[in-house]
Amino acid sequence: MIHFVLLISRQGKVRLTKWYSPYSQKERTKVIRELSGLILTRGPKLCNFVEWRGLRVVYKRYASLYFCMCIDEDDNELEILEIIHHYVEVLDRYFGSVCELDLIYNFHKAYFILDELLIAGELQEPSKRTVTRLVAAQDSLVETAKEQTSSITNIIAQAAK
Amino acid sequence: MGSQGGFYQSKEFLDLVKSIGEARSKAEEDRIVLSEIETLKRRISEPDTPKRKMKEYIIRLVYVEMLGHDASFGYIHAVKMTHDDTLLVKRTGYLAVTLFLNEDHDLIILIVNTIQKDLKSDNYLVVCVALNAVCKLINEETIPAVLPQIVELLAHPKEAVRKKAIMALHRFYQKSPSSVSHLVSNFRKRLCDNDPGVMGATLCPLFDLITNDVNSYKDLVISFVSILKQVAERRLPKAYDYHQMPAPFIQIKLLKILALLGSGDKQASENMYTVVGDIFRKCDSSSNIGNAVLYECICCVSSIYPNPKLLESAADAISRFLKSDSHNLKYMGIDALGRLIKISPEIAEQHQLAVIDCLEDPDDTLKRKTFELLYKMTKSTNVEVIVDRMIDYMISINDNHYKTEIASRCVELAEQFAPSNQWFIQTMNKVFEHAGDLVNIKVAHNLMRLIAEGFGEDDNTADSQLRSSAVESYLYILGEPKLPSVFLQVICWVLGEYGTADGKYSASYITGKLCDVAEAYSNDETVKAYAVTALMKIYAFEIAAGRMVDMLPECHSLMEEFLASHSTDLQQRAYELQAVIGLDAHAVESIMPSDASCEDIEVDKALSFLNGYIQESIEKGAQPYIPESERSGMLNISNFRNQDHHEASSHGLRFEAYELPKQTVQARIPPASLASTELVPVPEPVYPRESYQTTTVPSVSSDAASTELKLRLDGVQKKWGRQTHFPSTSTSNSTSQKTVNGITQVDGSNTANSRTRETYDSRKQVEISPEKQKLAASLFGGPSKTEKKSATGHKSSKPSSHMVKSHAPKSSMEVASEKTSPVQQPPDLLDFGEPTVKSTAPSLDPFKDLEGLLEPTTQVSSAVNHSSTAAVTKSPDIMGLYTETPAGAHHKDSDILSGLSNSPMTNMVGGTTTMQVAQTSKSPNLKDSLEKDALVRQMGVTPSSQNPNLFKDLLG
Repeated sequence: MIHFVLLISRQGKVRLTKWYSPYSQKERTKVIRELSGLILTRGPKLCNFVEWRGLRVVYKRYASLYFCMCIDEDDNELEILEIIHHYVEVLDRYFGSVCELDLIYNFHKAYFILDELLIAGELQEPSKRTVTRLVAAQDSLVETAKEQTSSITNIIAQAAK
Repeated sequence: MGSQGGFYQSKEFLDLVKSIGEARSKAEEDRIVLSEIETLKRRISEPDTPKRKMKEYIIRLVYVEMLGHDASFGYIHAVKMTHDDTLLVKRTGYLAVTLFLNEDHDLIILIVNTIQKDLKSDNYLVVCVALNAVCKLINEETIPAVLPQIVELLAHPKEAVRKKAIMALHRFYQKSPSSVSHLVSNFRKRLCDNDPGVMGATLCPLFDLITNDVNSYKDLVISFVSILKQVAERRLPKAYDYHQMPAPFIQIKLLKILALLGSGDKQASENMYTVVGDIFRKCDSSSNIGNAVLYECICCVSSIYPNPKLLESAADAISRFLKSDSHNLKYMGIDALGRLIKISPEIAEQHQLAVIDCLEDPDDTLKRKTFELLYKMTKSTNVEVIVDRMIDYMISINDNHYKTEIASRCVELAEQFAPSNQWFIQTMNKVFEHAGDLVNIKVAHNLMRLIAEGFGEDDNTADSQLRSSAVESYLYILGEPKLPSVFLQVICWVLGEYGTADGKYSASYITGKLCDVAEAYSNDETVKAYAVTALMKIYAFEIAAGRMVDMLPECHSLMEEFLASHSTDLQQRAYELQAVIGLDAHAVESIMPSDASCEDIEVDKALSFLNGYIQESIEKGAQPYIPESERSGMLNISNFRNQDHHEASSHGLRFEAYELPKQTVQARIPPASLASTELVPVPEPVYPRESYQTTTVPSVSSDAASTELKLRLDGVQKKWGRQTHFPSTSTSNSTSQKTVNGITQVDGSNTANSRTRETYDSRKQVEISPEKQKLAASLFGGPSKTEKKSATGHKSSKPSSHMVKSHAPKSSMEVASEKTSPVQQPPDLLDFGEPTVKSTAPSLDPFKDLEGLLEPTTQVSSAVNHSSTAAVTKSPDIMGLYTETPAGAHHKDSDILSGLSNSPMTNMVGGTTTMQVAQTSKSPNLKDSLEKDALVRQMGVTPSSQNPNLFKDLLG
């Protein structure tokens, strides 16, 4: 299973973290520090896998952003590499040629998409179309709901006064 | 969909993100975050915050926590937010709680109620969001609260809900297998769900279930095989295709399951051969995902009952991996090789140079993987080279985790395959020297025992040679500045036992060295204790030999220090030493016989020699001894030592009732025994006492260490040395026989191999042949022959004979399966006890149905994605911007081309149109990012100069 997902920029800044196994806040900071030291320094031609505390970390660089996933020793590393790519492709569909800035300002959206893709550390949906459809459905509901609530709260607020 | 990439957040939030983006140092970032926390603390607790604002605050909290700061003050607000009625707010609330809370957090109990309510919602999106939270937050205690509802949701009309419900149950199974054990039939039912996504998700819990209990799921083999077959034949909707591969993630999961089910089961495996063979053939080895599936096939083949044809395909795939330029593929190749050599060890030989390349690769990951492979293929012929390499690598790294692992592997290999005891001691010295404190203490005891017991034959000269060489090497090593404690203990013990045995070194020289050790490591009491006992032995041997003992001045001062030591253990040892020195030669010899660490000590457990004394005492009016079993519930005060022992062994609170004190050796000692130990001034050889020490005090006297070895390590002898390893041949000629075997073996093969053999035979001499070949030779020189030799009775011969046997039936089986497959295949996805599905749509393939629903555009759009990437990588000016390797680009490139050439006509048409789109598609992309740039600037956010890549399209 996937223990956690990290998105780190080339400068070592954290863009997204998702923990599927329990890690305390202190451990999380330590993990991020250790891994960014390990991964960001690796040359471009080396493997996309790193051994770390008896686990494997699979990472892939897209532009200036590193996508990392930590897995068990007996998982299929190439598959995880493709799951990362799958995620990036879904992000790309959603944002329309996604760039790091999209993820910085809309990290919560990136979380929502990740939640449709992975659940409890396993890939739940291998179809890009299903994922984007579901996220879009939630979004459209959110949009209409937003208008409604704002109008309703306005009415209530005015009525209260 | 670009519009959804817009920014809804307030200026404040954007400013926060921007200022953090522009922070030059971690300290500056921390300062910004801390002030943000202050603001949030104030704002979030204000009454009547509008929901929209609150939602933003929560998102800002998530951001703060993501940057590694504590946002726990806001957790309760996130929990409150999940109660909200609108999905907009609820979704954010759930997201925040899943990110904030671990499953053991106190606030979870507050969310369970909300989750229960949301699971009942008629809006499936609300149910989905709640299920996401279930997977993260529900713990063992709260499972029963939601379980019935989740089981109900398995029949929900929306596939997204069914899928998440399955995954939630999977999570429950991981947390508490018993909670969902009654739901196994539900998982089986979901396996034939109409939606491939749900079916794919069901494979996750089934995989775990099968891992734990293979035999109950053997009936599913046929179903899994037929699903895999249909997937591989592209019967799933096109939306599940990934880079021209039909649903590869589902294929991988299925292959994993088949590997479990087929392991050691010939009948089950035979069902799988055809489909696995098909996948081998169909896999596109130019794309990464194709290789992922190929790798999984290899894993499957190496796990199921061996089939020669499949093994051949697997070997082919491995050699393709190893020959590839990509480090990733090499890594997978090495891993796969490690799996396959268990079945067919001979394939390692053809890849020897590739393996050596990987071993010498600058990439640490690849190197470690290769060490793992070497570890798996170690034999007595190549153990020296492999362990030497491992130790060299161990010295070069400072990652303690891996150092421990590789050290224990070295020890394990050395124990199993050591060609000579001398080599074993030298290797152990190296391991101890460089990874000493990371090594298990048991290893040290093993080493002492080996030195004490020697070859275990009646060859005393060899034994004493071994010992004196050990002594010599230790005296040399003692010159090193800082040695690990465990290693020092071994050194002290050996010097004490054998330092003066061969007469080469004088007692004063050895004692001087031991005093130096005790002084240099004055804060390590265990080492000091070992040193004192060693000193005592040396002096005892001297006295026994009738020589005059004059203690060195530094030894005197050391003893004085120890006599007043805070450690009672050290004190006692020092007093014992004093007492021994004062005795005459005869007494000393019986107390401390030379080289008797391995002699069995005769223990008169009945203590019959005390009978007279007891009789005397009883006559004087003493109470007779009552055995413990007869004293019910009475606390025996005279037995205080025994109690002491119990206390030492059980610290902490005890919840169970006190049991009666156990009957131990001491328990049988009559009350008078205390006096009796006092009668004997030196307690060393008294057995019961020693055993007592070993159990309570971790630092044991030397003799105790050896008796402890006696006690604990009785099984170790079998692991060690050659005499037990090759029961048929005697120690001395087993090596020579091997080489003879090697020559005859290799003669038959090609010239490279014969060179190999030469270098192997005379490895010690310097040869002109290239370094690598030499290494290859020493590593791989005789794997096949030793395997043949050492395992004629077991392992390797078994599969090969079966392979031959199974060859004939295989072909017929293939025919049979071909015959049967059209019959069983068409109507339903699965054929096991699920009549409902069958009866409703007996003539229709559920996937076929779904296929019809597809819009034709999806195919095109996925192709656009591809060709746009290809277009980018082709144009050289943009290439320069990417640090991504050109190799990767080529991969994509060829991937598409091959995809186009392979695909059927319809695809061809789609392909050509998309190529045109591809040319133009980049320009809107650029426009997109320019628009984004403009929008951002408008909002007052400028991209920092530090990271000009912020706008760069991630997919390129």
